[in-house]
Amino acid sequence: MSERHLHDYWVAFRTIVTKEVLRFARIWVQTILPPVITTALYFIIFGGLIGERIGDMDGFRYMDFIVPGLIMLAVITNSYSNVVSSFFGSKFQRHIEEMLVSPIPNSVIILGFVFGGVARGLSVGVAVLLVSLFFSPLSIHNAGVMLIVVLLTSILFALAGLINGVFARTFDDIAIVPTFVLTPLTYLGGVFYSVSLLPEFWQGVSMLNPILYMVDGFRYGSLGSSDFPIMVSFAVIVAFIAVLYTAALILLNKGIGIRS
Amino acid sequence: MTPALEIRGLRKTYKNGFEALKGIDLEVAPGSFFALLGPNGAGKSTTIGIITSLINKTAGEVRVFGHDLDRDQQAVKRSIGLVPQEFNFNNFEPIGEIVVNQAGYYGIPRHEAWRRTEHYLRELGLWEKRKDMARTLSGGMKRRLMIARALVHEPKLLILDEPTAGVDIELRRSMWDFLRRINTDGRSIILTTHYLEEAESLCRNIAIIDDGQIVENTTMKQLLAKLETETMVLDLSEPVRQLPHDSEIPLRQIDELTLEADIKRGQHLNDLFRVLDHAGLRVQSMRNKSNRLEELFLRMTRSDAAPSHLTQGAEGAAEQPENPQ
Repeated sequence: MSERHLHDYWVAFRTIVTKEVLRFARIWVQTILPPVITTALYFIIFGGLIGERIGDMDGFRYMDFIVPGLIMLAVITNSYSNVVSSFFGSKFQRHIEEMLVSPIPNSVIILGFVFGGVARGLSVGVAVLLVSLFFSPLSIHNAGVMLIVVLLTSILFALAGLINGVFARTFDDIAIVPTFVLTPLTYLGGVFYSVSLLPEFWQGVSMLNPILYMVDGFRYGSLGSSDFPIMVSFAVIVAFIAVLYTAALILLNKGIGIRS
Repeated sequence: MTPALEIRGLRKTYKNGFEALKGIDLEVAPGSFFALLGPNGAGKSTTIGIITSLINKTAGEVRVFGHDLDRDQQAVKRSIGLVPQEFNFNNFEPIGEIVVNQAGYYGIPRHEAWRRTEHYLRELGLWEKRKDMARTLSGGMKRRLMIARALVHEPKLLILDEPTAGVDIELRRSMWDFLRRINTDGRSIILTTHYLEEAESLCRNIAIIDDGQIVENTTMKQLLAKLETETMVLDLSEPVRQLPHDSEIPLRQIDELTLEADIKRGQHLNDLFRVLDHAGLRVQSMRNKSNRLEELFLRMTRSDAAPSHLTQGAEGAAEQPENPQ
């Protein structure tokens, strides 16, 4: 690949990311504010009102225990929904064609959308983190692990959102996966409880849930407590990213959902 | 000289089995202003979709300025600017950003992208609206926005699919002037249109596609020369008293002050004037009954009667000033 091509791809990548960031920033009342309010309610109700009666979880105050999970919940749903709605919207209004007629490789289109999703996921994650400071002191056991886990998780769900966007034909299609797959998996992914509380059978079932490893990895970076070794969490996330990226690239190369 | 566009044996069969293109061959010379005409569903948009990489071809070869679509798709894409038939921009994005982003997709840095965006938006009368959301623009402005967007990476070949559909006559004329200017500057242009008068006015070369096949590919001049008969409408200054019998050009009376005359190929307007003079008829004005290209188009395509989309074209032609021959 020539230097000129690399330069052009870098410009194209930055263009897509900037466009995506401006898109969700323009409608921040719809994109940034709602998850912040929802999470604040979680903190007040589950962490404050109910949490005080629950007592400790894995040796931590219940409020402190749920903070990492709720940050991850916000990052996961926002990374996903940003890409799925933006990609489907670009198909629906046909402005995906602006990219398809231009010489951007599909890999750059994927990365552009994904990092747009990451930008929103992290923006909301930081906003939720700031809100959490009103309820729980910031706890950092290993900042590097926190950062890598949240970044990789955001990439993973942005990729998942892109694949959903590729297949989606109606607005219903972009709501089905978040409602019936993503939200249950996240709630069952150890956001509100330690997986060690479950009976052995359900612990085994939970291990099939990839979100469990992400929440657990992030909680390890924050509190230093985890149900699984951190390298297992990394391996699961990276493996899913590799699979989803390859799938997304194959889909775009074949033109599924975007070319006749 | 390398053709701007070269198509060989292009075929497209959609998944539902519909054969949109049945092996077309087409060549567009560099610097040409080329019309691609055909009835609805003839294969125009499929052809354009394949050239611009929006539709995957089933078979055949496409080369743009010598770059093969299969081997060097990126070079093909860099050579082409597309103005599609349907509006395909983000309605919730400011129009300046739409054009700048398009430049970015071609690797043009933001500063240079804004410079070019200003140039083309000014040329097309949209610079003052650069901060407005695209959804607030009128239909004509949206068409001009798509032209600015298609030109921002300075393509050598501009493809316009129905660029003036729904555009009022004044704006259409100004768009024609703009297109003529950029063609004169050396840019090759391929145009599809339902306004056949538009094709006749702008284009030097023409291909007619029907049922997935090219049925005519020639110069506009040679095509119009195939017209066997032209009907002229004559507006008289005084009522007709008596029509001449057995004149070399037959005259038909439409109403008291209107006649029609059929002029065959090989006959001249001077012959008509002689007949009129001999009959003592005073003509105030004269015009073609219908667009000449339209008559040929109907003859070459499968339609027996004017389909609805041509009625639209005829209305467009009716808005034009009289065209004395």
